[in-house]
Amino acid sequence: MSILVIAEHNNSELNGATLKTLAAAQQIGADIDLLVAGHGCQAVAAAAAKVAGVSNVLVADDAAYGHFLAENLGDLVAKLGAGYSHILAAATTTGKNFLPRVAALLDVAQISDIVSVESSDTFKRPIYAGNAIATVQSSDPIKVISVRTTAFDAVAAEGGSASIEAISAAGDSGKASFVGEELAKSERPELTAARVIISGGRGMQNGDNFQLLEKVADKLGAAIGASRAAVDAGFVPNDYQVGQTGKIVAPELYIAVGISGAIQHLAGMKDSKVIVAINKDEEAPIFQIADYGMVADLFTVLPELEQAL
Amino acid sequence: MKVLVAVKRVIDYNVKVRVKADQSDVDLANVKMALNPFCEIAVEEAVRLKEAGVASEVVVVSIGPKAVQEQLRTALALGADRAIQVETDELPDSLAVAKLLQAIVAQEQPQLVILGKQAIDSDNNQTGQMLGALTGMPQGTFASKVVVDVNSVNVTREVDGGLQTVKLQLPAIVTTDLRLNEPRYASLPNIMKAKKKPLDVTTPADLGVNVARTVKVLKVEAPAERSAGVKVASVAELVDKLKNEAKII
Ligand SMILES: Cc1cc2nc3c(=O)[nH]c(=O)nc-3n(C[C@H](O)[C@H](O)[C@H](O)COP(=O)(O)OP(=O)(O)OC[C@H]3O[C@@H](n4cnc5c(N)ncnc54)[C@H](O)[C@@H]3O)c2cc1C
Ligand SMILES: Nc1ncnc2c1ncn2[C@@H]1O[C@H](COP(=O)(O)O)[C@@H](O)[C@H]1O
Repeated sequence: MSILVIAEHNNSELNGATLKTLAAAQQIGADIDLLVAGHGCQAVAAAAAKVAGVSNVLVADDAAYGHFLAENLGDLVAKLGAGYSHILAAATTTGKNFLPRVAALLDVAQISDIVSVESSDTFKRPIYAGNAIATVQSSDPIKVISVRTTAFDAVAAEGGSASIEAISAAGDSGKASFVGEELAKSERPELTAARVIISGGRGMQNGDNFQLLEKVADKLGAAIGASRAAVDAGFVPNDYQVGQTGKIVAPELYIAVGISGAIQHLAGMKDSKVIVAINKDEEAPIFQIADYGMVADLFTVLPELEQAL
Repeated sequence: MKVLVAVKRVIDYNVKVRVKADQSDVDLANVKMALNPFCEIAVEEAVRLKEAGVASEVVVVSIGPKAVQEQLRTALALGADRAIQVETDELPDSLAVAKLLQAIVAQEQPQLVILGKQAIDSDNNQTGQMLGALTGMPQGTFASKVVVDVNSVNVTREVDGGLQTVKLQLPAIVTTDLRLNEPRYASLPNIMKAKKKPLDVTTPADLGVNVARTVKVLKVEAPAERSAGVKVASVAELVDKLKNEAKII
């Protein structure tokens, strides 16, 4: 039994999601290879070789992988993955994009978003926006799995000494090309990695009012998130969205401000350790899952909170 | 240009599902069913392409028991021209759905196939990508903007870090995200007209696809419930609790 894990990175740094995916892989078995596919990604490969528990780092450094296009990455991983018992990637937008292509090319099912490893062929995963947890068993010869990273504790980034082996690229499909990107630039911690998150909903009324959240976030070193309603209304960009179809987060502290608590929002944050809700409607469903609830107007609470911290 | 749209019948997104007492599945008896919200967005996008003169025909397809005809009629009422049901009482997994769609693609030869990014029941987020691999088509997943050109389509995608735009050679696959468009409501006259639009029925056997599952569901449980905590009366009390009780700040 050997496991292929696909590293998540940006060609210069290894993303923390990889360390959590490796934790899931370690629960399945011990022999783990880590694939770093990218362009100009040697620094990532060097960092990957130091991660605890990795046997070999395989590096495919080629222009075809520079933007992690699913067509090219899918072909490479399917070709390489045929020799493994398990192929794992983080359930990030990159993983979700290429991994099902790998499964289809290998003619096996994909098990999405696992939250626990029961045995080498049995896993738990949430369905229906987390309102049910399914235990599923796969009889496929190769298990293709995406990992919900909030459910696993990262392996140590240091302490390993894997070999680094260059592998050849599988070519460019020629059917898809990268045009451009608008990536959020922020001094704040990344949502999925933050210890504290403060999120705003429709109750924030407009984008300018998010400054009230930012001031509190500055005091707490927090990341800022949002509900779908706040994103749809254009208060903040799409990458702020927490929920069933946005980002799944599980920080130590989640503060929901002006968010009603629809099941789709809860699906993305209810595994947070401590939840605080600030809402002027005492009937808001968010209070049913909040450890600390405050029924009040957010426009008076947020400035006070900033002062008190 | 022909556009094919795959739509799934799922539990209405407002319904909170309950797990059956015997833990075999969730209880779907007598719950409201609907078009998967992402599929509704997919239909809307195709219909807009037709209204803009880019698409010539919009064909919708759904795989499932007879009841899925209800959702196909909804899609027809929203403006699709024609529907195909692949009738099966099994619940095929994403790979089987992708294989069935591959067979439909071979018959229909669409230039663009639009799917939802995810079905809100299984939360799989796989089918479009699998269809891409099986047909060799490029994919623009989690689309928030789709611009069709003569031989290509530019798709802006919602990714973890922000937005990414890719250019895909046609034929191509698009999966929809929430902000691609806001679906219209079907008007009464259009609902009436939809009843007369063609709806063909085929089967996995006709299409030569085996829909047997390789992943077995052993158990479906309710998640660990969180209970409501306490209400705090002031910011001072909140900060005190966070510092001294939860010891989190
Ligand atoms: C397919 C699908 C997927 C979805 N995915 C997601 C997802 O990933 N994430 C997500 O968040 N949603 C998602 N949704 C949307 C979800 O159903 C809700 O519509 C959304 O979460 C509501 O956002 P909200 O709580 O900000 O807005 P609302 O429900 O409008 O709530 C606003 C809250 O603010 C409070 N408020 C207003 N003014 C004040 C004030 N001055 N002080 C204090 N409180 C105030 C109100 O009392 C109210 O409770 C999805 C929906 C669908 C159909
Ligand atoms: N039974 C089905 N019939 C038609 N389309 C489907 C079916 N299942 C999934 N799809 C399509 O695939 C998308 C993603 O589903 P999934 O990969 O299961 O999350 C859906 O939004 C539909 O467009």
